[in-house]
Amino acid sequence: MEEKYIKHRYDPIIPSKNEWPVVKLARERREFVKKVADLAESRVLGLTGKNPEILKEELETTLYREKLRIKQNPWAVDPKDEDSFWNEVKTSLLQINTDTALDKGKRFQAYQGVLHRITSRYAEEIASNFKASHYKFTRRMVTYGFARLLNAARVKGIKSIFSTQYTLQDKIQITGQTDQIRDLATKGTIVMVPTHFSNLDSVLIGWIISVLGMPPFIYGAGLNLFNISIFAYFMNALGAYKVDRRKKNLMYLETLKTYSKEAIQFGCHSLFFPGGTRSRSGMIESRLKLGLLSTAIEAQRANFQNGLNDISGKVFIVPVTINYHFVLEAPILIQEHLSATGQERYYKENDEFSNSYKISKFLFKFFTKGSDISVSVGRAMDVLGNYVDAEGNSLDKRGRKIDTRDYFLSDGKVTIDHQREEEYTNMLGKRIVEEFHIINRVFSSHLVSFVAFEIIKQKNSKLDLFDLIRLPEEEISIPYQEFKAACELVLARIFELKAQGKIDAAPHLKRTMDEIIAHGIDNVGMYHAKHPLVRDKAGDIATEDMSLLYFYHNRLHGYGLEKLF
Amino acid sequence: MALKNSSKSKKIGVVGVGSFGAAIANMLAEKSEVMVYARKEEVVAEINTFHTLSGREFNPTIRATTDPSGLCRDCDILFFMVPSSGFLEVVRNFAPFLYPYHVIIHGTKGLALNLGKGESLDTVQKLKRSQILTMSEVILQETVAVRVGCLAGPNISKELSLGHPAATVIASKYNEVILEGQRLLRSERFQVYGNSDIIGVELSGVLKNIIAIASGALAGLGLGENAKGLLISRGMVEMVHLSKALGGSVQSVMGLAGVGDLVTTCNSVDSRNFTVGFRLAKGETLDQILATMDEVAEGINTVRIVDAFIKTAGIRAPITENLHRVLFEDLSISEALQALMKYPFSVDVDFV
Repeated sequence: MEEKYIKHRYDPIIPSKNEWPVVKLARERREFVKKVADLAESRVLGLTGKNPEILKEELETTLYREKLRIKQNPWAVDPKDEDSFWNEVKTSLLQINTDTALDKGKRFQAYQGVLHRITSRYAEEIASNFKASHYKFTRRMVTYGFARLLNAARVKGIKSIFSTQYTLQDKIQITGQTDQIRDLATKGTIVMVPTHFSNLDSVLIGWIISVLGMPPFIYGAGLNLFNISIFAYFMNALGAYKVDRRKKNLMYLETLKTYSKEAIQFGCHSLFFPGGTRSRSGMIESRLKLGLLSTAIEAQRANFQNGLNDISGKVFIVPVTINYHFVLEAPILIQEHLSATGQERYYKENDEFSNSYKISKFLFKFFTKGSDISVSVGRAMDVLGNYVDAEGNSLDKRGRKIDTRDYFLSDGKVTIDHQREEEYTNMLGKRIVEEFHIINRVFSSHLVSFVAFEIIKQKNSKLDLFDLIRLPEEEISIPYQEFKAACELVLARIFELKAQGKIDAAPHLKRTMDEIIAHGIDNVGMYHAKHPLVRDKAGDIATEDMSLLYFYHNRLHGYGLEKLF
Repeated sequence: MALKNSSKSKKIGVVGVGSFGAAIANMLAEKSEVMVYARKEEVVAEINTFHTLSGREFNPTIRATTDPSGLCRDCDILFFMVPSSGFLEVVRNFAPFLYPYHVIIHGTKGLALNLGKGESLDTVQKLKRSQILTMSEVILQETVAVRVGCLAGPNISKELSLGHPAATVIASKYNEVILEGQRLLRSERFQVYGNSDIIGVELSGVLKNIIAIASGALAGLGLGENAKGLLISRGMVEMVHLSKALGGSVQSVMGLAGVGDLVTTCNSVDSRNFTVGFRLAKGETLDQILATMDEVAEGINTVRIVDAFIKTAGIRAPITENLHRVLFEDLSISEALQALMKYPFSVDVDFV
């Protein structure tokens, strides 16, 4: 019953790397950065209504926040000249403020000059440092290195190091609408939106994109990742631009959005993690960060404004879910989630992904022991969340062709209406969440942790979540037969949902229930020091860590399955 | 698609020529070219030749049509003014001709059901929120139009056609829809407010019909103004709780579409919902009343739906519950009144 996975490597859709949009962008980097800086500047001017007083206030707020950040939260990646740059800004602002010879117009011009310096600096900072040679090297290294590790671990014997029996694609299965995304990538611009559970996701997605034969996508990676040298190398090689979450000021956010929008208009395929950061609770993201998503809609509208009405100007949204048995950072993530939502006081632990050594150790574990990952590629949609056909035409719910341009018309003309586009962004966000749930692929480990947690919850119905998680683990035990019956109930419902196209399930869920349970318990959070689920001596189900069990259980949140209990 | 037309050559469409539809069409016709849609050929002919329909005058510039595709082609902005019972069908008829550039504003104060095949309110008994649709949700579900708004407020058709001063609320998530509505309807005698909480505004208009029936019943029993004040105030509290449970905000109930419309409808002998309550109190049965009414009293259907929703939402709504018993379970009006007077309301205001 095993399903066929995509195992062959696809031919590249654009063979010559000089034609890759991301390479073209790298070639024109300087002009592009300048364009972004200028556009961001005029956006900020627009937002401040060209009023020198408001502009001054924004500049001063930005200066204040940046000074504070440099003092309180410095990072290794921060450029050395930061302090001096902001001191210069401070001096300039002081000069303008005190210079009584300036009339209103001149003063405004002077402020605008300062603004220009800031957006230029930000644009330069955000822009990616993509180098095609690095990209190729990284891709080879990842594939080759992983394959070696894999074969060394699985194939016995002295020649195992050179065996090619197992490839990375045995570990990481790609399913879903792969042909469609490849095809549309040659015709229009793709914005891929994956779920986000682990820091490994960006590397993983980068690799998937190359397996599918697509040119690299650009994407916004948290600047914190660039603190770690191994990641910094990967990120640059994958075409990442930098997103600094410490900078919340207007000028930075506008520059960032402009960068993303312009890159999409340039034809660069992009990748957003719409959840913003990794899912802390282990649930599929339900509330998306809409900032960057809105740039896809803006870029689409701008293309229509520029008369690009055919498929070459069309932006396609492709949701992707990444399904794991095991999330390395789970213990930290769930603790952050619980302390953010509840009363629990957790002591802070070190980030498990804090250094290159730990990551390498994890990678080795990952490849030497079995823990599969699957990546599901969803159906492509237009920026309003309508499915598109093979030619990229948007279809309404009845399958009638519609023109995405119509969404941006009033009185027959394409108009800019930010409030309208804000609502469209909300709509798109909702559609992406819906699609995530549809293409989400249930693993045995999700099933067993969901069932175990729900049974424990049911047995302690008087406790709230936080008391439940504080239950002493040694007192928890679920008789195997009861557990198995509940698993069967939930699995039946999952298959019912699958038949309705509301969820997907991994092929290993077609085995017998005993096998599924064994597989699930073996795999769920397998590398954690404390296991979310174990079988005790009597063969009953027990847990070593309730918070982790809760984390893995959350993967099946949002399907109404808890009503079965 | 002929999109190049500027708005000057585009008309404003009104779907439905009941009393409210006719009043709105006439108000729109003061500023714009208006096209109305009716299903029956003879109705269309009557409007086009005599500019009247069952005693209601139509502005002579208004053209009528039976063709949904023509209406959708000639108009970018459509007002849907049809009763909730026929709303879904009308929207489905229009759906194939609607495109994402259309702006739709509706004026229907009722609810629709979102049930599976073969299911009805009789078979499911209880309703979840997802099984109830407001009219804007019907439009969003059935068509590709997204720029949707609603029109609600104390707008008794008879008074509107006389040109008495009045106001309405246009609610939409889209500012452009509110601004369009204001541009088209605003006049010296008609004020137009905006609200972004479309669900709350729709629900205010819907839920006030329940209280209007109760108010008619009090009037029919001749119980006076103290009783009416009591009802309106308790009715408002009930509306707040129901609206919150269904996804509206408290503020909208406090506004023109909520309290404003509630006060008007609870005092108006012209209101169909009020009339239903009044005649019930005079001893007629629901069937007798329905047999002699030519337009729908939305409140009756609303009572059924909301009563089925209360059961799943875990909230109490004593006025709705007792009205449901009177309308569908043969409780007498005086027994219902007794039940309400014994009900342990203890806190005056418990929602702000």
